[in-house]
Amino acid sequence: MTEAAPAEVRLRRTLPRIPDRFAALGAVLIVLIVLAAIFAPWLAPYPADQLNPVEAVRPPSGAHWFGTDQVGRDVLTRVLYGGRTSLFIAVAVLAASSAVGVTLGVVAGYAGGWVRDVIMRITDVFLAFPALLLSLALAMVLQPSVNTVILALAVTWWPWYARLAAASAASIATRGYVDAARCLGVPAPRIVLRHVLPNSLTPVLVQLSLDAGGVLLISAALSYLGLGAQEPTAEWGLMVQEGQTLFTTNWWVAMFPGLAIMVTAFAFNVLGEGLRNALDHRSGGARRERAEPASAEAAARVVK
Amino acid sequence: MLRYLIRRLGQALLVVAGVVVLTFVIMRLVPGDPAVAFTGPKATPEELAAAHRRFGLDDPIPVQLLDYVRDLLSGDWGISLHTKQPVRDDLYLAFPASLELVGTALVIAVVVGIPVGVLAARFKTKFPDIGVRLGSVLAVSIPVFWLALALQLVFASTLDWFPIAGEYDGELDTTSPLTLWTNITIVDALITGNWPIFTSTLHHLVLPALVVAAYPTGVIAQMTRAALIEEGGQDHTRLERALGFGETSILTRFALRPALNPVLSLIALVFAYSLVNGFLVEAIFNWPGLGRYAADSIRSLDTPAIAGVTLLVAVMYVLANLVVDILQGFVDPRTRAR
Amino acid sequence: MIEVRDLKVRYGARVVADVPELDVGEGECVAIVGESGSGKSTTLLSLLGLTQDAEISGHVRVCGVDVLTASPRRLREIRGARAALVMQSPQAALSPATRLGVLMRRALKLHGVGTAPSAGGTPDEIMDRAVEAVMLDREILRRYPHEISGGQAQRFAIALAIALGAEVILADEPTSALDVTVQAEVVAVLRGLREERGLALLLVSHDLALVSTIADRVLVMKDGAVVESGPAARVLAEPSHPYTRELLEALP
Repeated sequence: MTEAAPAEVRLRRTLPRIPDRFAALGAVLIVLIVLAAIFAPWLAPYPADQLNPVEAVRPPSGAHWFGTDQVGRDVLTRVLYGGRTSLFIAVAVLAASSAVGVTLGVVAGYAGGWVRDVIMRITDVFLAFPALLLSLALAMVLQPSVNTVILALAVTWWPWYARLAAASAASIATRGYVDAARCLGVPAPRIVLRHVLPNSLTPVLVQLSLDAGGVLLISAALSYLGLGAQEPTAEWGLMVQEGQTLFTTNWWVAMFPGLAIMVTAFAFNVLGEGLRNALDHRSGGARRERAEPASAEAAARVVK
Repeated sequence: MLRYLIRRLGQALLVVAGVVVLTFVIMRLVPGDPAVAFTGPKATPEELAAAHRRFGLDDPIPVQLLDYVRDLLSGDWGISLHTKQPVRDDLYLAFPASLELVGTALVIAVVVGIPVGVLAARFKTKFPDIGVRLGSVLAVSIPVFWLALALQLVFASTLDWFPIAGEYDGELDTTSPLTLWTNITIVDALITGNWPIFTSTLHHLVLPALVVAAYPTGVIAQMTRAALIEEGGQDHTRLERALGFGETSILTRFALRPALNPVLSLIALVFAYSLVNGFLVEAIFNWPGLGRYAADSIRSLDTPAIAGVTLLVAVMYVLANLVVDILQGFVDPRTRAR
Repeated sequence: MIEVRDLKVRYGARVVADVPELDVGEGECVAIVGESGSGKSTTLLSLLGLTQDAEISGHVRVCGVDVLTASPRRLREIRGARAALVMQSPQAALSPATRLGVLMRRALKLHGVGTAPSAGGTPDEIMDRAVEAVMLDREILRRYPHEISGGQAQRFAIALAIALGAEVILADEPTSALDVTVQAEVVAVLRGLREERGLALLLVSHDLALVSTIADRVLVMKDGAVVESGPAARVLAEPSHPYTRELLEALP
């Protein structure tokens, strides 16, 4: 039983230790962005959704750092509040899809045989759609709302985690200590919970941080298309769409929410890349062996 | 090799079948009556019933699925509710335009991304590498729709260097009409020697293609860098070094070719991704491709059209994956065994 | 040809090779023997400045060039053209996507061999003669590395040295990855080079049988240090260090 310990220790060690400067930059940015979203009501210079038609479409100034939109709302305030919606969507999507994906993946990987085949063929079908297309199609046929975006993206995203978890669960299921536990008569659910699941989590956690940027971008795209959050909710993608018609004359209305999306996605992407490099580095030996096929797999995972 | 091919083709067919079913399920999820969308709100009950019969909406679901598959196979992809044309004909016009845009973007991405990746690998962990890594992560982090708006604002509206929207100057249709061969405007203009339309299309292509190119350029640069660094650590670079070759020529003349394998497969995958990413860009630049067609379909709840677009792009995606796997199978015998 | 004094190679604080003295004269063959990890390969690579991230001190002259102080450009000029490396794993040492002839032609062009009218013919003639000198068919120049055998790859590596007109060959376990019969071919080629062309040879090997047939002098290394050195006949017949005796006893 004690053989599982090193992996758990390893897991704990990977997460808080920031492996390179890029990842550190990403982590700092994310902390700042999350804090800004949490404390939006205190940080925002104006009450949320305060209309002020007299002050409509004013350029950035001392009173309105990011200017005001067509109904006189302060853009900075809206960007701060928009972060709450956008980050909430991203977190909810990742939580839902990884919960479903890891559960199915671990079951598939541990059980093997036809169970694995069926689950993996289903993930193949979902993965056959580009993520944006599938979520677009789903969001289109449902009522536009924040929940729709979350649902559509979670449906799109879970197969990635299923695949990842299945692969690592399958390799763990063949290790000595799992065999030993099985021979000792430890019931399968307990083996899965105590040994297979914890050891399958590291790659999933790294993948979560890599995916956060992509999920944020796609959810913003859906909102931009009008399929997600609705007026008067502040959401970055939606705000870009609202400012779009004014863009040539009053650029700031769409510029700042767009920047917010970019900076947040950037922060998640550099953090994820740094964590992945750290993970690859640590399992350097294993990586050598599968050099070529891994590259193709990596290519497939980069592009969703 | 043949057995691998057959197995891989079988898998692809299975996936396409799944894609068809999934598309069908999504279409069935649509709230409201598609017949109403087709006939319009003022239709009489008789007209509605006729539409119901025409689209087979009264049949049980499995029968509808079977009908759907049969229609698809016989080339009937349904009638678009908003253009009132067969979806297949609409796609036949829209897809080449998207291909034109995404193809140009990928050319830009390869021409820029690979040299940039080489530069980063050559000066690994030094200043150029840091710049390239930050730049490429930035390129994949920019929301395309926002980048499209920003470039449009700066280079079209303000500086007036490039046209704001469209595929080519509309007046040219009367002054020098284009003969269609492939439906890809720029290719047709080139083979028929229609220079006014050719140059106009090129001019219109620049901004949207640059926007679509941002993401693939970023991933291609990252992948080239990673693959080159891996290849640069192989034994053969030591012999090349021992022969007196410099680091730059080792990377470009000996390591680049083997390193390009994963990059090539990446290009096939990024193509399908960019096709969808291009949807948002097409809407902003009013490019007459799949994206604009999809956007119009979304607005008018045009289920057959949406299903057609979804199916086409998903099949393209499956094809791209298939091509990548087969290429990998040729290159690396180990993938065949799996 | 090779002159080494007080060479120390360090990775961080660890000294992986410490060679007080090593000389290889024209037409001479010196062998460094020892088990893997004894620092013999590192010593060899450091002579061409090919060790990565290692700290090297001492005095090293190869073909009249002070390797440790030479500019990277000067170092690249002697690499290949005057001092050639033959590596252990022959196929992995060749770039997988480059035809052998292309590699050789690029190397010739890089060092300007076959361009001056006085030189020994056109590049094509030089290449043909070089591969024939190692008893390979010319046709091999059109092949890719995975299409040839290990022995052929190793002989091709030697042909590269001949074509470039190298004066010294540094061979790192040139036969250990090969079958016994193929080993004999490669050894024959190396010996022929030495006798007919007067090339100097620095050989790293754990194969004492090979060493006894070809080397004039021997250095025995253990854990980075030279434990014994001297004429091959003497060291192999009357080893003075227990470690050398151990190595000899391990022979079949």
